[in-house]
Amino acid sequence: MDVLTLSRIQFGGTIAFHYIYPPLSIGLGLLLVIMEGLWLKTGNNLYHQMARFWTRVFALTFAIGVATGIVMEFEFGTNWATYSRFVGDVFGSALAAEGIFAFFLESGFLAVLMFGWDKVGRKTHFFSTCMVCLGAHFSAVWIVVANSWMQTPGRGYHIVGHGLQSRAEITDFWQLIFNPSTLQRLGHTVCGAWCAGAFLVISVSAWYLLRGRHVDFARQSLKFGLLVALGASLLQAVTGHISAQGVAKNQPAKLAAFEGLYNTTSNAPLVILGYVDEKNQKVVGLTAPELLSFMTHNDFHSPVIGLNDFKPEDRPPVTPCFLFFHGMVGSGLAMIGLSALGFLYFYRGTLQERRWLLWLLVLSVLLPQIANQLGWFAAEVGRQPWIVYGVMRTPEGLSAVVQAHTVVASLILFTLIYFLLFAVFIYLLNDKIQHGPHEDDLIPAGKLALPMSQRPTTESQ
Amino acid sequence: MNTFHFDLNFIWFLLIGVLFTGYAMLDGFDLGIGALHLFTRKDEERRVLINSIGPVWDGNEVWLVTGGGALFAAFPDVYATVFSGFYLALILLLVALIFRAVAIEFRSKQPMRWWRQMWDVSFAGGSILAALLIGAALGNIAWGVPLDEHGEFAGTFLGLLTPYPLLVGLTTLALFMMHGAIYGVMKTEGELHDKLREWTRRCIIFFVICAVTLTMATLLYVPHMAARMRDCPWLFSVALLNMLAIANIPREFHHGRDHMAFLSSCGAIITLMALFALNLFPNLVFSPRHPEHSLTIYNAASSPRTLGIMLVIAGIGVPAVLAYTVCIYWIFRGKVKLDRLSY
Repeated sequence: MDVLTLSRIQFGGTIAFHYIYPPLSIGLGLLLVIMEGLWLKTGNNLYHQMARFWTRVFALTFAIGVATGIVMEFEFGTNWATYSRFVGDVFGSALAAEGIFAFFLESGFLAVLMFGWDKVGRKTHFFSTCMVCLGAHFSAVWIVVANSWMQTPGRGYHIVGHGLQSRAEITDFWQLIFNPSTLQRLGHTVCGAWCAGAFLVISVSAWYLLRGRHVDFARQSLKFGLLVALGASLLQAVTGHISAQGVAKNQPAKLAAFEGLYNTTSNAPLVILGYVDEKNQKVVGLTAPELLSFMTHNDFHSPVIGLNDFKPEDRPPVTPCFLFFHGMVGSGLAMIGLSALGFLYFYRGTLQERRWLLWLLVLSVLLPQIANQLGWFAAEVGRQPWIVYGVMRTPEGLSAVVQAHTVVASLILFTLIYFLLFAVFIYLLNDKIQHGPHEDDLIPAGKLALPMSQRPTTESQ
Repeated sequence: MNTFHFDLNFIWFLLIGVLFTGYAMLDGFDLGIGALHLFTRKDEERRVLINSIGPVWDGNEVWLVTGGGALFAAFPDVYATVFSGFYLALILLLVALIFRAVAIEFRSKQPMRWWRQMWDVSFAGGSILAALLIGAALGNIAWGVPLDEHGEFAGTFLGLLTPYPLLVGLTTLALFMMHGAIYGVMKTEGELHDKLREWTRRCIIFFVICAVTLTMATLLYVPHMAARMRDCPWLFSVALLNMLAIANIPREFHHGRDHMAFLSSCGAIITLMALFALNLFPNLVFSPRHPEHSLTIYNAASSPRTLGIMLVIAGIGVPAVLAYTVCIYWIFRGKVKLDRLSY
């Protein structure tokens, strides 16, 4: 294999693996703020127990997120040096801002979150939780800004120099930050992250209920999990729709590949289920007439641009885009259905009797992961053959001095160590789940204990 | 090469120096603790050592990430040339850092002897390898890196493993071990504390031998790394400060003022980095055979506009980072006590 293919496999593989963790941190971060905030407000120590248990899970996802994140930071330079030279002025700023604003905030306050329960007061601890959550969200902001610039460079930059010496330079910082797709994609990404955190909480809680362990803890966690999951997955549909309209406007070739649409068509149908017959340039399967036109342009008759309007060398690979996109949408819809169903029965108080649904909820942790991964695959593969859309082609971004056998060596090393890392993650996660919440946490001691006068009566526990 | 302007490029040269110095000072001691880890055989003592860095090692590594990000933003050509040129060395560094992180998280989860031994070796090995590689990378920058007319790396992986960079690697390891041992002395009590005092003495000797050798080697074989100080003799004061900081470590230590010894060790790191930066300036990557191909803070920099925007970002972010880093170290001050939250 050539350097290009190997480098793409390596970058794609390492980022896909990395992307399991930050969404979990973002989603769990939000839930931690809710749980600990309610503990401070109500004094109900069950919330304290929940906050402590989920903090331990958060710390695990964060640690692996950092370890794999350093790799990403290095890989732009190691494998995509020409790209790095070209975009450093623009793209590097966002990465540096991410480090300064997000990572320091997260990692610094995480120490207080994890090890500071007995060392600081309740309010300081809650403040730290909020800062960790904020830091996690900041990191999403900056990385989505950077990636959105690659998708839709917009007008905040110009190109200076020629040939090997050319590079993109900032002309307007705010236009760069708020390039045409930043906000749409940020909303969509963050909702996906909330789903990832919420469904992890749902899954573990449902499992405790099935096993009849830590029932009070599990019911309460499940409630928060379902609420956040339902809200986030509904919002996800909205942001997804907005995002897709943005893709239709800014990256029409990508949207055409998502839908397997070859000829520009008015009254274009939306594919519900099917596959792309690339040879005959058509989609085989179930379609909803005129819906694609409506979804993209709010009008049943508007034409939607097809792939044949682009030169063959400017088209993304159709079948992968089509499958990734439809897989993501399918998982997203399943998340809405499952969280709505769960919430309905939880509200009626009969969820614990429906063991089939609890089992589905246990498995539901995979749905947001699948959706997040496929969503990113669709976004990045759909951008091909460009590394910066319409500006720089992917092969042009490679490092000039790195040879195939070197990339093979690093690829083997990364594969080994990431398998190890994944085993560690699953092992430790399982270990924490098996241990469950500590009973001692129902009676916070030391600085965390409430003063006598404010102590709640026992029935609220 | 004596034209000096206090401009944005210089400020960013300084800021990146600050970020990497911060990294060396902070991750330095936790890599050092890792390198010393296998010297004690008792499980409880090993746990105390790991827990002494438990709350902070994650945050310390962020300095490296941010340093890398800042380099990417401010001097993209340096980032691209060095990272693609030092490809295998950097991948090994990443693997070492990941292994180490995994070992910290993993060792406490099972009580079996072989289990803990395995992760202890990973933790120590990862820490030692990381310190050596960081030092060797710095050593190569000091020695000079072959560059072609496009500023691309024109050497090989094995070409990076010459004696001088390896000596810098060894000195870095010795420095981090000394730094870590003093940190350990501050954080422990009882028998382990006494052991660490003894190790600190040996580490100081190890470091001083390395530092003297490195200084001689630099003056003899890498004259360009002392050129600026020859031109501006008043800069010798930095070298003097460096020596005083190093000499002050055993003095404070002898009087039992461990905190002062640690601060002196920080001072030694800061002045060493300052000496390195002073003599490198205005180059970032020096090409000895074709000095005209060297990457400097001017020909490798981002546009002035970007440097300006980034300065605003740093101006907002860095004071906040410093403030809460100090707070966090304050919260976790004092001796390590093992409890159920510990590793």
